[in-house]
Amino acid sequence: MANKILLEVVTPDKLLLSKEVDVVVATSVEGEFAVLAGHVPFLTSLAVGELKLKDGNATDYAAINGGFAEITGQKFTVLAESAELAREIDVDRARKARERAEQRLAKSASEQINYARAEAALKRAMLRMKVAERTRAA
Amino acid sequence: MASLRDIQTKIAGVKKTRQITRAMNMVSAAKLRGVQEKTERFRPYAAKFAEVLGSLSQGVDPGIHPLLAQPDKVEKVALILFTADRGLCGSFNMNLINAGLRFIKEQQGAGKQVQLYIVGRKGRDFFKRRPEVDVKEALTGVMNVVDFDLAVQVARMGLNAFLSGEVQEVYYLYSNFRSMARLIPTVAKLLPIAPEAVAGEAAKTGGQEYMTEPSAEQILVDLLPRYVNVRIYSGLLETATSEQAARMSAMDNATRNCKDMIENLTLLYNKARQAAITTELMDIVGGAEALKG
Repeated sequence: MANKILLEVVTPDKLLLSKEVDVVVATSVEGEFAVLAGHVPFLTSLAVGELKLKDGNATDYAAINGGFAEITGQKFTVLAESAELAREIDVDRARKARERAEQRLAKSASEQINYARAEAALKRAMLRMKVAERTRAA
Repeated sequence: MASLRDIQTKIAGVKKTRQITRAMNMVSAAKLRGVQEKTERFRPYAAKFAEVLGSLSQGVDPGIHPLLAQPDKVEKVALILFTADRGLCGSFNMNLINAGLRFIKEQQGAGKQVQLYIVGRKGRDFFKRRPEVDVKEALTGVMNVVDFDLAVQVARMGLNAFLSGEVQEVYYLYSNFRSMARLIPTVAKLLPIAPEAVAGEAAKTGGQEYMTEPSAEQILVDLLPRYVNVRIYSGLLETATSEQAARMSAMDNATRNCKDMIENLTLLYNKARQAAITTELMDIVGGAEALKG
């Protein structure tokens, strides 16, 4: 299939996803971008953000907790230290994580490192919830 | 000579021990498979990572990232030592600890101070009895489930020590799993990241030219701390694999020794039984003779 692109999401624990799709929309550190098959070789850092894949009429989402993406003509590889498919996200856990992060954030405003860490955790939790809700609505 | 009953009790005891060592052998075999599967699943990530990193870092300037900065003078180094949490795995832990001691001696011989970070209870217990060694931090009870989060945690200890300027070099000592019978304690340099090492990854893969966004350097800055995680994770996985392999062969030996012991004891038991029968017979015959008068 010349006009499809193979999307692979690789994490240290497993190959999370390997699927041929029409369009991939990812969130890089500089903003969202979409990739079709036949893209020039491209490399970018991914922010903590969502990954959207469209195949025909079906749209699917995944949460990427930062990493990077390598794109060659027919293949889109996401390397992330952790990532989750929308349907596998545990919303309750994400909500609890968000609450924890918020508390920590309030407490550790003075210490820079902990603050940054709590902020990152909060971002991840919010992303997971957002992505999970997307599939529910759909 | 021990009495018949004594020998029997002993045999029963050894049989029980054999049961336990055999069970432990099988448990280790199952765990070994688990860790190997994990290593297998990690491989695509590691391979891809090395490929991308290699192609990005060709002709890179060490000035762009503190993790690449080679120190002018090294006064203090950190060693991250991986050991197991549990024993009963032959000389596995001692081999790692001895390699650690050798490393410390070498560094001290070169006039450098060493501070130690330990992963695994056995390592911590050993160095607790050696107050002359500066142990900064120890993580215990973690080797049972090796996952990427653990690697991140371990890497953070090294990164913090390095970035705060407390130490100028960070090494890690893990057990290299060559084969079931060859588990080699290996010291590798973690920080600063040697540009040659990174470039070496590129040579292996024949890096590809990319369009990048943001700049290649910017991505590299993002990538390097993750590279540290990747290296620690593969070190941890190898150590965990080695631990299970070591325990398997230790338990295999123990089971075999039990078998030998049971054989010897059974022989002894039979001999003792024969001797007892002979004595009894002699008594009976002697008694009968006496009655005849």
